[in-house]
Amino acid sequence: MPKLFSGAEIVFKCLEDQKVEHIFGYPGGAVLPLYDELKNHPSIKHILVRHEQGAGHAAEGYARSSGKPGVVLVTSGPGATNVVTALTDAYMDSVPLVCISGQVPTHLIGTDAFQECDTTGITRPCTKHNWLVKDIKDLSRIMNEAFIVATTGRPGPVLVDIPKDIQFAKAKYFKPKKEKKQKEKSVNKFNQKDIDQLVDLMKKASKPVFYTGGGVINSGPKASELLRELVSLTGFPITSTLQGLGAYPGDDNQFLGMLGMHGTYEANNAMHDCDLLINIGARFDDRITGKIDEFSPKSKKVHIDIDPSSINKIVKVDLSIVGDVSNVIKFAIKTLKKKNINLEKSNKQKISKWWQQIQKWRTKQSLNFINSDKVIKPQHAVQRLYELTKNQDTFITTEVGQHQMWAAQHYKFNKPNRWMTSGGLGTMGYGLPAAVGVQIAHPEKLVVDIAGEASILMNIQEMSTAVQYNLPVKIFILNNQYMGMVRQWQELLHEKNYSESYSKALPDFVKLAEAYGCVGIRADNPDELDEKIEEMINTDGPVIFDCHVDQNENCYPMIPSGKPHNQMLLGPKDQNENKISGKGKALV
Amino acid sequence: MVKSKSAYSIPTKLGKLETHIIVVWVDNEASVLSRVVGLFSGRGYNIESLAVAEVDQKKNLSRITIVTTGTPQVIEQIVLQLKKLVPIHKVGNFKKDDKNVIFKEMALLKIVTNTSKIKKALIACKKYNPVILDQTNKSAVIQITALGKEIDKLTKILKPFGLVSASRTGAVAMTRGAEIFN
Repeated sequence: MPKLFSGAEIVFKCLEDQKVEHIFGYPGGAVLPLYDELKNHPSIKHILVRHEQGAGHAAEGYARSSGKPGVVLVTSGPGATNVVTALTDAYMDSVPLVCISGQVPTHLIGTDAFQECDTTGITRPCTKHNWLVKDIKDLSRIMNEAFIVATTGRPGPVLVDIPKDIQFAKAKYFKPKKEKKQKEKSVNKFNQKDIDQLVDLMKKASKPVFYTGGGVINSGPKASELLRELVSLTGFPITSTLQGLGAYPGDDNQFLGMLGMHGTYEANNAMHDCDLLINIGARFDDRITGKIDEFSPKSKKVHIDIDPSSINKIVKVDLSIVGDVSNVIKFAIKTLKKKNINLEKSNKQKISKWWQQIQKWRTKQSLNFINSDKVIKPQHAVQRLYELTKNQDTFITTEVGQHQMWAAQHYKFNKPNRWMTSGGLGTMGYGLPAAVGVQIAHPEKLVVDIAGEASILMNIQEMSTAVQYNLPVKIFILNNQYMGMVRQWQELLHEKNYSESYSKALPDFVKLAEAYGCVGIRADNPDELDEKIEEMINTDGPVIFDCHVDQNENCYPMIPSGKPHNQMLLGPKDQNENKISGKGKALV
Repeated sequence: MVKSKSAYSIPTKLGKLETHIIVVWVDNEASVLSRVVGLFSGRGYNIESLAVAEVDQKKNLSRITIVTTGTPQVIEQIVLQLKKLVPIHKVGNFKKDDKNVIFKEMALLKIVTNTSKIKKALIACKKYNPVILDQTNKSAVIQITALGKEIDKLTKILKPFGLVSASRTGAVAMTRGAEIFN
């Protein structure tokens, strides 16, 4: 007779088979058998967070920086409800997570037992799939399936809810079947004809632009390499979404910067005026498109995506290619090379006028700001952070708000998986736990959370996790005492009625750092900024850096609501030059 | 135009609405119906009627038939989003006026009245394959099969003949001819 294993043993055997090295979790009554089993599996390290939301975001940071699925372990009831925000965040940003939750014993389900909630019901809309394991015989199959669902196709979170009696019950363990090859086939639904059509459009275009997104990152490091080859082969300009940053080098001349609501003038105008738009792994998010009716009106549109439901959801396209980004690009490059040896030259001539136009837009220098020698400008702080950290392989996470946009605009990424930010859901409090997860995956690397003082307080308890595991994460707070993005919208759209966006009682972040047992640094004026940033980088251990910045700075350029790409609102410098009063233009 | 104070874009004008019948083959497992229905409610699609039952006990398959209305883009999204659900095997999509597909609903109608009116009620039902399932001298339960809008009409006609209760299934669909939908 084959050996029988307890449910808890089966869970860990499966985690071992899936080569899981770290799990992020928080114990509780309904997962005690699983926690009891932990000691028998030395290859799996458990990271104890301080709040289940933190576990979820840490697993997201881990997954996005390493390409491996993040694993979360939480208890029933509040443990499960606390992780819902992180699951939704992962669902929106296509991050592979496997969340294991405890549940009350099967005979108590539905009786409003202590710490019971309908976990699979609550998480159904925010996971790719979830399972309530009611029979121990299903456990090993479900656990292995969970990893397959989370990581194949468009990645995303899944949840396995395991009642406590199932964790004790015994059954046989089945090793995962090797069906990966098949799955790969099922995601690539394009053929050579589609690729030929794409190449044909590329040949004909005189104002082309690549618009790339997080799908390139999710497709693996190889996809970024192939993208670079494709871009240099075609000579086309390229812009990226917030999530796609790093797939293409941020300091390359063919890169137009980020597009969208706070994207660059040249990127957005190129999107508006182009005659060929090639979307690679992006989803026409409303922060990207602006007004849909006037979105890129003159272009032929191509959409390359692994998820068929992303195609024609928002913007109708002329050519859709469903497949894994790296596969599609590989075929496109092959075809380009085979068909058109001189493409590089002929293309460059053909689109030279387009590049001239782009250079004109570039002279606007839309990311410019008026620097000051009295007060630290937040953009300046991010620029200095970039200059002082670009010599090493740095990983950046962010919270959500103005600081996030300034980080995206002024920090240049050269490699994929170095930029972790909550784009779809926009979760304040994401950055610190995500940084914890990134640091776990990359213990030797510099990990910086570019934060706002409001966001950071939403999951500040995770400093305790960072200290416990001696994770040297650097929390770089751009402190303007306002919920800056809320304040900016109130200034521009609600007649400067700053309703509830000012935080009157903020903690002393330096003392707070000390209370957690780490180092606190404060910077008040521009002269000391570099020196203090160096001090932060050179500190061995977690640091909270409280950078006091200009309270009234707005994030420019921006596309005002309901406007198309070519009607951007530029920063104060441009507004002064054009002699349009700040107020009049702000009230667009 | 009124200045927008929203951080979101203004809705663009809607396309023409179409009624479609969506047929979904699913694993007959716990909560599968709520996954399908939750997808509709979560994404703001509407359900006009829904019929579901197990059709293959061996393979444990259920067939769900949903009548829905939306713009062509919304219908396309419904199909693509449904295909992403793990327990779903295949999705069929038919226009309501598709000549190659048969749509039928069944209704049980209870009539409480006198014998002569029951007779008149039966005559009114004549076109819709009436079957008398139960009859007393004061009442009758009649089973009919017809299109949804025909049943709508019929229930109005039967009101003066003593119709007190109607129980209806959602529409179910089958293609005509020897072809099988795959």
